[in-house]
Amino acid sequence: MTQENISTKHYIKRYLKKCITGPWSLLCGLSVSLKYFFNPKKIVTEQYPENRKTLKMHERYRGRLSMVEDAEGNNHCTACGMCERACPNASINVQPTKNIAGKKVLGRYVYHFASCTQCGLCVEACPFGAIEMSTAFEVATTDVTSLEMILNKKEGQG
Amino acid sequence: MSMTQLPPGFKITRETDSEEFFINMGPQHPSTHGALRLALRMDGETIVEVVPHFGYIHRGLEKQGESMTYLQYIPMTDRQDYLTAIQNNLGVVLAYEKGMNIGVPEKAEYIRVMLSELGRIASHLVFFGCFGGDLGGQTCLLFGFKEREMVHDILEEVTGSRLTTNFFRPGGSRFDVPENFIPRVKAFLDHLEGAMKDYERFLSKNVIALERSVGIGILSKEDAIAFGCSGPVLRASGVDFDVRRANPYSIYDQLDFEVPIAHNGDCHDRYNVRIAEIHESMKILRQCIEKFPKEGPYRSKEKPVKLNPGRYYSEIETAKGLYGTYVVAASGDKPYRIHTRGPSFPHIGVLNKMCQGGKISDLVVVMATLDPVIPEIDR
Repeated sequence: MTQENISTKHYIKRYLKKCITGPWSLLCGLSVSLKYFFNPKKIVTEQYPENRKTLKMHERYRGRLSMVEDAEGNNHCTACGMCERACPNASINVQPTKNIAGKKVLGRYVYHFASCTQCGLCVEACPFGAIEMSTAFEVATTDVTSLEMILNKKEGQG
Repeated sequence: MSMTQLPPGFKITRETDSEEFFINMGPQHPSTHGALRLALRMDGETIVEVVPHFGYIHRGLEKQGESMTYLQYIPMTDRQDYLTAIQNNLGVVLAYEKGMNIGVPEKAEYIRVMLSELGRIASHLVFFGCFGGDLGGQTCLLFGFKEREMVHDILEEVTGSRLTTNFFRPGGSRFDVPENFIPRVKAFLDHLEGAMKDYERFLSKNVIALERSVGIGILSKEDAIAFGCSGPVLRASGVDFDVRRANPYSIYDQLDFEVPIAHNGDCHDRYNVRIAEIHESMKILRQCIEKFPKEGPYRSKEKPVKLNPGRYYSEIETAKGLYGTYVVAASGDKPYRIHTRGPSFPHIGVLNKMCQGGKISDLVVVMATLDPVIPEIDR
C-alpha cells in the first residue's frame, strides 16, 4: 500500500536475499510436514467406528439422561420435581401418581431428549441421586418420536 | 439489483462516473468464521468500504436469561464464545459472586485459572490453524486442531463436555478435578512445548505467510482504543493492557507472567502476540501445577441461589479480549437484566478501517487475525 523510496542497489540486494531465505523458509516448513509423513505413529486420528468396542467415554461425560436403577429396576425418585425446575429448556416432565397407601410417588418420568442441551443441571439439582448422565454418545436416530422417552421402568417407591 | 446501485449501509458518497460495484462475502463463507455477511464495495480488486451485517444466528440469549434462574444462565454462556466456553463461565460466575457475597476456596481458584488458561491455549491454537488455513495452508489447520483436541480431552475428563463445559459455579466449581488432572496437564505441556517449536518453524518464518501478513491491515493505537478493541488485537497495536494484570481477578495477581505486546499493529504482529500468549499461558500453568493445593474444598459450603438486589459487573480477559458481564439483580432467583460485553463485536467494527484501500485477499487475512467468533456477537 505504501510507496517505498529505496535505491536500486538496495532493492537488488533485498531481492537476492529473499530468493535464498524464501525457499529456505519453505523447506523448513516442509521438513515439519515430512517429519509427520515418516512418523505415522505420531498421528493421533481415531479410527472411528472401527474402534467402537474399545472406545470409552470419560466417567463424567454428559450423554443422555438416565435413571439410576438397581438390578430389579427400582429407582430412588420421589417425584419432588427439582430436576424439572432446574432444567433450562423444559425437557423433563415428572408426572407423579399415588400408590395404594395414598402417598405421592413417581408415575412417569418423561424426558424430551430432542430439546435437552445436556447441561447436567438436573443431575446437580437432584437431592436423592436418582438420575445421572449416561456415557452413551451414539444417540442419532431417524425416528423423532423415539426421542421422547419414559425413563423409569417401575413406579417410584416413595 | 443492478450493478449501478449499491445496497444501503455504505456511507461514502458515490461518484457518478465510478465503476464501483459491490459483492457479498458470506454469510456462508469459510473465512468469515461463522454466519457473518460482509458487503464489500469494490473498485476493481481494491476495497473501498466494508459493511458487516450481523444477526444471522441471533438467539436472544440475554433476553432468555431474564426468564431463567441465575444457575440456568451459566450453560447459555457456553453458547456465546464456544472456543473458550470455560472462560465465559468464569466471567458470569464472578459477577454472581459479587452479588452473592461469597468467597472462593483456594483450590477452586487454582482450578479456575488452570482451566481458563487451557481454554486460552485451545482458542489460540484454533487461531493458528485458521490463520494458516485462510492463507491456503490446510496443514496448519490440522496441526492446530491436533493439540487442541488434547486440551478438549482434558476438559472432557474434568467437566464432562468438550465445548459446552458448564463447569464453574458461584463459590467454586461443579466437581473436584480428577486425580490424574495434574499429571495430564503436565504431560500436555511437555508435548505442546515440542509441538509449538514445530509450529513456529512451520509458519512464523514462512515467506508466503510473511508476504501476506507483514504490513497488511494496520490498526493504529488510537483507532484500537477508540473502537474499543481488546485482547491480542489491542496489544498488537502497542497498548499494554490486560485485565489479568490491570484489574486482577481470581489469583492472577499471585502469578508471574508477562503481557506480550507488539507495536506495528499489522496482521503479523497479531499472530506473534497470540503465539507469545500461548507460551505465557504455559508458564502460568506450570506455576499453578507447582502451587496446586492437594487438600481443601473445591466449592464453598454455602450455595446461595439468589443475588442481593443491585448491579454487578465483572470483567475477565478471555482469549479474544475483554469479556464483561453486567447483572441487574432484583428480588427473586432470576436476573432483572443480564448483559454481556463481548470482545468480538468491536473487532468487526474496526474491519472497515483496516481494510480500506487494501485488496480483497487481504481482507481474508485480516478477518483471520481479528479472530472473531460470530455466536458471541449475535448471542
